[in-house]
Amino acid sequence: MRQFDYIVKDPLGIHARPAGLLVKEISQFTSSVTIAKGEKGADAKKIFSLMGLGIKCGDTVSVTVEGADEDNATAALERFMEASW
Amino acid sequence: MITINGTGIFGGVAFGRIAFYRRRENLVKRVRVGAAAAEVERFLAAREVATEDLKALYEKALAEVGEANAVIFQIHQIMLEDGDYCDSITNIITAQSVNAEYAVATTGDNFSRMFASMEDDYMKARAADIKDISARLVRILCNAREQTMDSGGLVILAADDLAPSETVQLNKEKILAFVTARGSANSHTAILSKMMNIPAVIGTGEALREEYDGKEAIVDGFTGTVYIEPDVETAKEMKEKAAVQAEKKRLLNQLRGKENKTLDGCVVEVFANISSVADAASVLQNDAGGVGLFRSEFLYLKSEDYPTEIEQFQAYKLVAENMAGKKVVIRTLDIGADKQAGYFKLPKEENPAMGYRAIRVCLDRPEIFKTQLRALYRASAFGNIAVMFPMITSVEEILTVKRMLREVRAELYAGGISYSDTMEIGVMIETPAAVMISDLLAREVDFFSIGTNDLTQYSLAIDRQNPMLNKFYNPRHKGLLRMIKMVADNAHAQGKWVGICGELAADLELTGTFLAMGVDELSVSPPFILPLREKIRRINVSECKADALSEL
Repeated sequence: MRQFDYIVKDPLGIHARPAGLLVKEISQFTSSVTIAKGEKGADAKKIFSLMGLGIKCGDTVSVTVEGADEDNATAALERFMEASW
Repeated sequence: MITINGTGIFGGVAFGRIAFYRRRENLVKRVRVGAAAAEVERFLAAREVATEDLKALYEKALAEVGEANAVIFQIHQIMLEDGDYCDSITNIITAQSVNAEYAVATTGDNFSRMFASMEDDYMKARAADIKDISARLVRILCNAREQTMDSGGLVILAADDLAPSETVQLNKEKILAFVTARGSANSHTAILSKMMNIPAVIGTGEALREEYDGKEAIVDGFTGTVYIEPDVETAKEMKEKAAVQAEKKRLLNQLRGKENKTLDGCVVEVFANISSVADAASVLQNDAGGVGLFRSEFLYLKSEDYPTEIEQFQAYKLVAENMAGKKVVIRTLDIGADKQAGYFKLPKEENPAMGYRAIRVCLDRPEIFKTQLRALYRASAFGNIAVMFPMITSVEEILTVKRMLREVRAELYAGGISYSDTMEIGVMIETPAAVMISDLLAREVDFFSIGTNDLTQYSLAIDRQNPMLNKFYNPRHKGLLRMIKMVADNAHAQGKWVGICGELAADLELTGTFLAMGVDELSVSPPFILPLREKIRRINVSECKADALSEL
């Protein structure tokens, strides 16, 4: 299992576009990915549940990756978030 | 005359007859079914069709409004695939043994209500997206044909609301404008109308009554006003407004895509001056060849603290990507006592125009400066970025800057972060001192951009803010023109290019003179781009060259 925290930089927070791009990005991996903001967690492969977290600019989210390809998935996620979140 | 107010979404004035769009509501009945499994199959099959439809809509939107705005249809596809959304539908079908239409409509209602109840305005607006995709599925399941928006003649479309997919399919040949009772400025409908250049007024509320169907009206997309059965004065006022718009449009149509080439074949770059990321849209709409001055101050003025490297990087990257390979010249921080953010704590000055500002502040606060330089270099990997430094008055200054640039490149390289090795660097020539040493400066940089506003102020010793001095202020002063020529000659002697980014670049009386001097680039405010192109295409440089230069 891999885990990392990330502070969201997108000035608009996590809206449909970055949420959709994230779902697309991780759909290629078999690992399960959970994104948590405070107490609330969401399955990162589900766009509605991701958007429902109401993540804003400046929020710290905790990303948990678990599965056979978790190393690749985590690396890809970190890169993706740096560039688009 | 009845006046209705709403939010104007796209600036434009339209005259026409109102046509109300009545969406055929597919009445969804709850029907018990025998074989739930088969019903689930129906849903899945309808979802496939919907996905294909959305792919086609994406392609259409891509062509009309560009990738960033078309992506909503890809998001719709992802929403259709969403685990929670589909589970809800299949669960309703199997648990209650009911028809797919009902399951989809119920799920759509539940999800859109969830979004509508969120505090964030943006999230609230997403309820419309869920309604759109659910309605699409229901339509497919009911075998209903998509309602066409074809209304026969040229009309102003009025509706309760328009879904993004309906907006993108509007036939621009037939629809002059649209007005909706609901809708938010955050909606994709609003974004699409902007990109499709259709004047629109949304959120009028109940004031938009169906009884106006068929009446003459004027839509003012600038002010967000709709005049039903307008009176004579209003009609006249709006006609004038429309005439100004029409002229702009004419220029756009005639000159879009044409080269900035004179009658005798001289080519000059016409770029745009912008102050924010959002301005990039207007750069493309006005068909500029690039951005000649991207003022970076907005990043510093809009927050309570210094913008971080990543915030800056994302802003620069966004513009570079939107410009898709066209050059973007970004000017580093140009802040002073007269225009600052509190957190800078710049001391009050008697003479801020000639004070502690711009590059002077940056060289004194290297951590702040380096943050900007790092962000710029990182963004350079994503497009065609050039950087220029304001208020440079000595060779030592530029050498210090170059040393810092080398340090930044080394740090990025060591950190494995990509950047463009060939990012051009330039300086703004804004002071007489810089003009006089432009031969020396030309050896150190790739280009110059002449800031004529400040250069005129400093050279004529005139305070631009003082209205008493207006009569002494001659922006076409011969001294200034001679300085521009000197700078151009010095740059060209070293094989470097020179542009003008001050207001003078848009002065059409001087275009011939600038071309005669061999100025390589003129950067102007977006509305001036096409008028400038029109002027360029009518000039014969060799004919006016002798005169223009002898005048100096």
